[in-house]
Amino acid sequence: MTRRLLLGALLILLSACAPSPGDRQTIRFWVMGREGEVIEQLLPEFERRNPDIRVRVQQLPWTAAHEKLLTAFAGDTLPDLCQLGNTWLPEFAALNALADLGTRVATSRVVVAEDYFPGIWETNVIDGRLHGIPWYVDTRLLFYRSDLLKKAGFETPPRSWGEWEQALAAIQKAVGPTRYAILLPLNEFEPLLALGLQQDDPLLREEGRRGGFSSPGFRRALDFYARMFHNGWAPALGGAQISNVWTEFGRGYFSFYISGPWNIGEFKRRLPLERQGDWMTAPLPGPAGPGASIAGGSSLVIFRSSRHPEAAWRLVEYLSEPAVQIRFHEMTGNLPPRRTAWQDEQLAGDVYAKAFRDQLERVRPTPKVPEWERIVNEMQLAAEQVVRGGMDVEQATRALDRRVDAILEKRRWMLARGKRG
Amino acid sequence: MRLPAAAWAFVAPALLVVGVFFLLPVVAGLGLSLTDFDIYALAAFSNLRFVGFENYVRMLQTPLFWQALANTLYFVVVGVPLSIGASLGAALLLHSRLARFKPFFRTALFAPVVTTLVAVAVIWRYLFHTRYGVVNYALDQIGVDPVDWLGDPHWAMPTIILLAIWKNFGYNMVIFLASLQAIPEDLYEAARIDGASWFRQTVHITLPLLGPTLLMVGILTTAGYFQLFAEPYVMTQGGPLRSTVSVLYFMYEEGFKWWNFGAASAVAILLFGLIFAVTWLLIHLSKREVNP
Repeated sequence: MTRRLLLGALLILLSACAPSPGDRQTIRFWVMGREGEVIEQLLPEFERRNPDIRVRVQQLPWTAAHEKLLTAFAGDTLPDLCQLGNTWLPEFAALNALADLGTRVATSRVVVAEDYFPGIWETNVIDGRLHGIPWYVDTRLLFYRSDLLKKAGFETPPRSWGEWEQALAAIQKAVGPTRYAILLPLNEFEPLLALGLQQDDPLLREEGRRGGFSSPGFRRALDFYARMFHNGWAPALGGAQISNVWTEFGRGYFSFYISGPWNIGEFKRRLPLERQGDWMTAPLPGPAGPGASIAGGSSLVIFRSSRHPEAAWRLVEYLSEPAVQIRFHEMTGNLPPRRTAWQDEQLAGDVYAKAFRDQLERVRPTPKVPEWERIVNEMQLAAEQVVRGGMDVEQATRALDRRVDAILEKRRWMLARGKRG
Repeated sequence: MRLPAAAWAFVAPALLVVGVFFLLPVVAGLGLSLTDFDIYALAAFSNLRFVGFENYVRMLQTPLFWQALANTLYFVVVGVPLSIGASLGAALLLHSRLARFKPFFRTALFAPVVTTLVAVAVIWRYLFHTRYGVVNYALDQIGVDPVDWLGDPHWAMPTIILLAIWKNFGYNMVIFLASLQAIPEDLYEAARIDGASWFRQTVHITLPLLGPTLLMVGILTTAGYFQLFAEPYVMTQGGPLRSTVSVLYFMYEEGFKWWNFGAASAVAILLFGLIFAVTWLLIHLSKREVNP
């Protein structure tokens, strides 16, 4: 008797879960990290405007997201749409898991390609197909201690490598041997990658078939990077060895730091009040004048397996509206990818965000091959060998290219086969 | 010898479990190691290539694999004797009749085994911090220059070994303690009457009677230490300069970070062979020792 009751209860429960056909569709949306925590606040408005659509959000931690997505792909349980780090796009494009959004954008009144920063938009175009819509952007630039820079005799932050080197040398002289002019954690590839992207030589040659790290451009970047350590301007430390970046920055252990937009909020929150006037952000210096940086961030993608692509696209459009993006920025500190959103009073008036606005006009995408994350890891390892192991730049880059060529072997085979077939 | 049907029926459940959860995955892993299964193969099965032993050949030509192997051997060769020594020493101290507050010390020394490694790692990273760590502070008091424990490629592995020993010695200690308590007291009494010192009692009574336990602990610890992974994963992520990459950590990166399951399976099979060979050697050697 009890069993029958239970069964009945279960049936009622099940039917309550299932969408009643025709009038309401449920779309599944996977969101990562901090964005996953706040996204619920943006959705009631969307569901009010679209009474026929319900959104079911699932939060993924960043550390587990990649694995979970690939497992979901293998098990055919991908959601309708998802937030995807834009360096992951090539991988999921190679899996043929992403819907082509080109035609949808062409007819959309909300998503206007020209309004987006070109470098960021470009990361979503793979082999001529548009696979994602930028949701927020992330790039790396200089955070610096303006008081220490001033003490060393500089009123404005450096704009070129030459000026930067002068400033580094002067600061190092002023702070003495127990402190440093710049912090470049050896386990972070972003600073060197940004310097590499500033060069005219591409990081991968032959449409991503072979490594291009022995080009004069990348060698120049690596040489510059290594010199900062060899001159004693940067400590050879891994990230785990610096117990607290914010405290150390406040103490003046280092004066320059290359980091991303989330640290605006962190520094505002964590630096003591009397230090708040002593820091600023600046665009990344380039070989000659303001240089490029990394086009990072997250995009919104719709999976090909989705049974409600229309509804999913409406959510993408909603989240791309400048007004919604500004609210999203207020909640997370994430920077919007559209120029219109940057005209918002609060964002335009933020002195720390100004350098990012400027930098975003000069961001460049990383090579769009699925193997990129592994390659960039190898790149940083080569840099560590130069900095810590005393290898010379030429030797290190040549060895790096050999490893990268080996990693790309399968890709070359795939491309060759694709041409034949 | 023929087993009656009833016997088969009794072992069938166990065999089934072993077959499904052990034998099958091992065979599948072996098969996987002969292919180049990766992200492209996940997209379409036609992208899968049967490569024979190429994964193995390439692995043996990869410098990082050899470095990982050397790091692992370093960890095993230095770590296992030290770890067993620490366990035995602690067990002897705790077993001594002079020891006070035994239950307290037994619990305290066993505590590291049951604490979470991730939490421990946070504390250890502070202890071994170059500028703020208590270890360098203590060294400074006796006039030794600060050591960059986790950032210097020469010091990172010793630090990891120290962490692993501290984390694990309590487990073997408990086993030794149980074994010590099983040694009959009258043997010691007889030795004392003959005027044997504490040292001679230990060498001629305690250690021989601990023999089988020592062998078992030795085998288990060696096999366990070959599978070094969590300590570098939480402390150094394999750095600095790859000096704490173990074979298992290398496999993890190949498989779960870069999604090259073919290559990762090859590493797993190689590691399996290595542990198997070393264990066999240990058992073989000890058998010769017992029955010369």
